[in-house]
Amino acid sequence: MTRAASSESPVARRILIGVGLLFLALFLALPLVVVFVQAFAKGWPMFVDAIGQPDARAAIRLTLLVAAISVPLNCVFGVVASWAITKFDFRGKSLLISLIDLPFSVSPVVAGLIFVLMFGAQGWFGPWLIAHNWKVIFAVPGIVLATVFVTFPFVAREIIPLMAEQGRDDEEAAVSLGASGWQTFWHVTLPNIRWGLLYGVLLCNARAMGEFGAVSVVSGHIRGLTNTMPLHVEILYNEYDFVGAFAVASLLASLALVTLVLKSLLEWRFGYHQARSAH
Amino acid sequence: MSIVIDAVSKRFGQFAALNDVSLEARPGEFLALLGPSGSGKTTLLRMIAGLDFPDSGHVLFDGADMTGTPAAERQIGFVFQNYALFRHMTVADNIAFGLTVRARRDRPAKADIRARVAELLDLIQLPDLGHRYPAQLSGGQRQRVALARALAVEPRLLLLDEPFGALDAKVRKDLRRWLRELHDRLGLTSVFVTHDQEEALELADRVVIMNRGVIEQIGTPREVYDMPATPFVSEFVGETNRIPVTVADGRVLHHGQALDVSPKALANGPAELHFRPHEALLGDDAPGALPIVVGAVHKRGGTWRVEARVDDIAVEIDTSGPLPERGARAGLRFDDVQIFPAL
Repeated sequence: MTRAASSESPVARRILIGVGLLFLALFLALPLVVVFVQAFAKGWPMFVDAIGQPDARAAIRLTLLVAAISVPLNCVFGVVASWAITKFDFRGKSLLISLIDLPFSVSPVVAGLIFVLMFGAQGWFGPWLIAHNWKVIFAVPGIVLATVFVTFPFVAREIIPLMAEQGRDDEEAAVSLGASGWQTFWHVTLPNIRWGLLYGVLLCNARAMGEFGAVSVVSGHIRGLTNTMPLHVEILYNEYDFVGAFAVASLLASLALVTLVLKSLLEWRFGYHQARSAH
Repeated sequence: MSIVIDAVSKRFGQFAALNDVSLEARPGEFLALLGPSGSGKTTLLRMIAGLDFPDSGHVLFDGADMTGTPAAERQIGFVFQNYALFRHMTVADNIAFGLTVRARRDRPAKADIRARVAELLDLIQLPDLGHRYPAQLSGGQRQRVALARALAVEPRLLLLDEPFGALDAKVRKDLRRWLRELHDRLGLTSVFVTHDQEEALELADRVVIMNRGVIEQIGTPREVYDMPATPFVSEFVGETNRIPVTVADGRVLHHGQALDVSPKALANGPAELHFRPHEALLGDDAPGALPIVVGAVHKRGGTWRVEARVDDIAVEIDTSGPLPERGARAGLRFDDVQIFPAL
């Protein structure tokens, strides 16, 4: 191993690496291990039993449903917003860019409250919605709305820099060759951003399934109906059902691990792709 | 195909990119838009392509008004400065793109598209590279693929934005000749944008010289070089020496001494004498000649380049001899000069 221009002695380097690893182990790896240890503390059958509870299964189903709605929505919104921002010049562009970041800077609780104020029984649209027998708050639509709001930036944030860097030339070339807007998007723009888009979708999905704060405000915590997995974990934990809580939590943790692996894979593939197509 | 640009203007915010520009390209003509950056030449090209639209004025193809027609419907071939090849497609797919995106009733059969691609690969002299990706090609090869892609749709008009800008000098020269031959062989009408005057003078039938959103002069390479219409053209095309003089009653005065130069039809007042290094004759510091002090002398091609000073102004003169001594006083007479009112 060659020593770089840095002048640390081998001892100092080992100490630095050691401290770094210790910190990671203590604050990242250990908690993750604890989740799985607790989940299987009473053995495999208890774990399966905890997951198999009707309320737990309903929570898993709801989480998957919410992600299945909000991720595609944000995927479309994100691509449309990025397309508009990077391919066109218009008034209010910088405002739109800052608005996209809003969900990152606003506390999730506030995000949830916004929807309660808008659609709740005392909210702006609440009476009208109730009159027409539409239930938004304390129901699935509210949970979806809150999730969409919180996870909006992930896709857009990922592909805006990518599209900005690629510029408009490819699209203009396609148009000059007679391609329609849709053909240009499908054959030229989308292939150019596919890896970045996939990466954004992955992060968006992880957050959509894991979101707690905003969803907690609008959900109403009705067991078997409006509890997502994170909410269900909290309820079980508060009832001292540690095995149940950690069993469901371990599923969420597995999701995180899978996301991490896929993300690394994508980065590897993405980085490779970028290098190959560098001009 | 003929192109008419009629009184076109375009602003980007406060910046006037084009200001009442009119221009005509004849069928089969190879036209160069030459100017410094910010002169509006690329904006004008994009307007012909339908990638930008004028605030006022008209664009006509063969007499038909195309001002608002989008690029996709103009049947043009556009070659971008950095080629804009689709990086995820092979060379063959890139070339075929304009044909494969056609509506089904206009789309050639797959076999016909393949044949057309093979034909174009032959034309650009890259017959075996159809399966490669753009990233695996050299700059000159990418340039030719971009051209083949533009030609695949059999455009009526070929538009090129700085087509040789990103290539090294040798490749640039070869491609230049090749492009000119191709233009003649295919009978295209072509317009290309460049900031390189040598390229414009060598390649184009006529050169359109632009500056700050207006056309300074349109003419053959010879005309713009020998008879620049404005001080800007004189300065921008070729090498030019500039000497401030005064026009008074039909005479050209330099520090009160009359020069043997016709003031043409210029009104009295301060003016500027423009001459090219090869247009000055080196001689004695006699009355009627422009007095100079000789500086360094060096060989330049078939002639000698003499660096000299007129007061504090550096000038350069080409001469085949006899060579003056450094520091000697001498005088310049002129075959041909341009004289413009001082700005």
